[in-house]
Amino acid sequence: MSWQRTAAIAGKELKQLTRDFGTLFLLVLFPMVLTLVFGLSFGGMGGGGEAKYEIAIVNQDPGADGRWVDYFLANLTGTGLFEIELYEDNESAQVDLQQGRIKGIVVIPDGFGASCQSYQQATQDPSSWVNATVQLYLDSGSMVASQTIPSVMDQVLAIVLLGRTPAQPVLPVSLGSPSLVEGEEFSTFDYFVPGLFAYGAIFLIMTVGQSFTVEREQGLLRRIRTTPTSPFELMSGHAISNMVKAVIQVGVIFAMAFLIGYRPNGGPSAIAMAFGIVVLFSLCCVGFGLITATLAKSSNSATGISFLFLLPQMFLGTFVGSILTPTMQQVARFVPAWYVTDSLTTLFIRGAPVTSSSVMFDVAVILAWSVLTFAAGIVLFERYGKD
Amino acid sequence: MSKPSSAVVVENLVKRYEDVTALDDLSLQVQEGELYGMLGPNGAGKTTTINILAGLTRPTAGSARVGGYDVVKEAKRVREIIGVCPQDTAVYDYLTGRENVELFGSLHGMQPSEIKSKAEELLAAVGFEEDADRRVGKYSGGMRRRINLVMALVHDPKIVFLDEPTVAMDPQSRHAVWDFLLELGRTERTVVLTTHYMEEAEALCGTVGIIDNGKLIASGSPRELKEKHEARNLEEVFLDLTGRKIREAV
Repeated sequence: MSWQRTAAIAGKELKQLTRDFGTLFLLVLFPMVLTLVFGLSFGGMGGGGEAKYEIAIVNQDPGADGRWVDYFLANLTGTGLFEIELYEDNESAQVDLQQGRIKGIVVIPDGFGASCQSYQQATQDPSSWVNATVQLYLDSGSMVASQTIPSVMDQVLAIVLLGRTPAQPVLPVSLGSPSLVEGEEFSTFDYFVPGLFAYGAIFLIMTVGQSFTVEREQGLLRRIRTTPTSPFELMSGHAISNMVKAVIQVGVIFAMAFLIGYRPNGGPSAIAMAFGIVVLFSLCCVGFGLITATLAKSSNSATGISFLFLLPQMFLGTFVGSILTPTMQQVARFVPAWYVTDSLTTLFIRGAPVTSSSVMFDVAVILAWSVLTFAAGIVLFERYGKD
Repeated sequence: MSKPSSAVVVENLVKRYEDVTALDDLSLQVQEGELYGMLGPNGAGKTTTINILAGLTRPTAGSARVGGYDVVKEAKRVREIIGVCPQDTAVYDYLTGRENVELFGSLHGMQPSEIKSKAEELLAAVGFEEDADRRVGKYSGGMRRRINLVMALVHDPKIVFLDEPTVAMDPQSRHAVWDFLLELGRTERTVVLTTHYMEEAEALCGTVGIIDNGKLIASGSPRELKEKHEARNLEEVFLDLTGRKIREAV
């Protein structure tokens, strides 16, 4: 193998990155803009602050014992999750809910205070309690709000009735306080960043597919085949240039995320490992790109065919994967990008060391995928795609 | 066994594409140092022959040797000694003219300093003193064809295949390339040129092989062919051989 030929191929590919705006946009500017938009939208700026939900309170309890309503509202505000606005009636609140101006409505019923008071006076005698039902209406257009608000409301009602430290029965087995692996608070953006690295890299599938089909259409591949350059040297040149592109992408995404407040939960070794993982994954993308070029009859069709490989990676293996159903989360384990996102999540969110078994397992799976797809890409393209 | 002085030996070459026979028992020889013109109308089989000689296409039957090497069994050795200028311009638009030429020098394993000096020499020879560092995407058609030609020659190949190097060129560019090729023909290298321009073959080539329907129907120097067929030019030779004008055949 001649390194001179391999380097020459890699060099001309990298020149294309700097001179062809379409390639530059897809591989560098697009991930940069994506990171910026995600960072600003999901809490990159200002670190791990939590989202606040605007909710309407409709108080229908004119009872004399108004302190229970005040206590309930104080506890709601105290969660730090809600911005509360008082409404005169349920109808006007419903209008705002339908317009998406608020995420939920809490209707405090007539008798709420009396109900709370009855419980306090006879906690062990349910027959003496005055029953009341707090109505909750949620924004069905907000998946996060509809999942988060009911459970928080349950907790707030329990605090109102039982107090902050309700008496616990004495038992021989107790549940310790749940804590995260690292006691840091993360924003939604922090959870998205590992997937963004994989998201940027998967577009290499499209650019590699297009590059080979364009060179085939223009007779450049045939021309190179009249030189002593071997297929392996040609493919290696492409692989190296795409690894360099992946490094640039990771660097751009990381720098942009850092600028807007992202701080990974890992040191330099974790960051270096992240670069290595994405570089390894880029080899897999080159393989998929070669298979795309084998299937595509023209550079135009290469773009469409590349989505066969790109979309599963995008929806199952990147930040999108965090909102998948449990079944699809299992299916996602069949796409290599999932292991990229998982390993980077382990490094940057869970704070695991680079040598942890989880990271090593993910790297081994990515390596296997990369070797297999790259080899399959070369064999298929040489056999069916070069002419 | 080929003669030692033969740069290219083609024996009973057949190439079929499904029900189309592109080459039909073609045999020819090109001597070392010769500028050989493969003349014929479009579709005669010239490009198929070049593709087989360059190792791009496998023949259906027959054999071909280039520089003494079998084009099928020793394709890698063949690629080390040839330079190919394809009929359709194959250049990287996003690279400059100089970068295209230097890229192919690298792919042929030349030393960087050697590449620089050879590229400079050839670019100057085809009139690229000022435009060599502009991107090829900005070039005119004639300029692209000249870069296409230089890319085939940068590594000083022993044997050069030029497939219709002046097709679609304006007369001025064509004559500039002719001068360049005549200069090339004075070196020791072997040049195989395909063309359907009779005047080009007559002006440049020491030996001409006329191909029609995948067969070699005549060969010799332009003078010998004209004398044999009592013709004033190669166009009349082709008419005498086939009963058609070459332009009609095109």
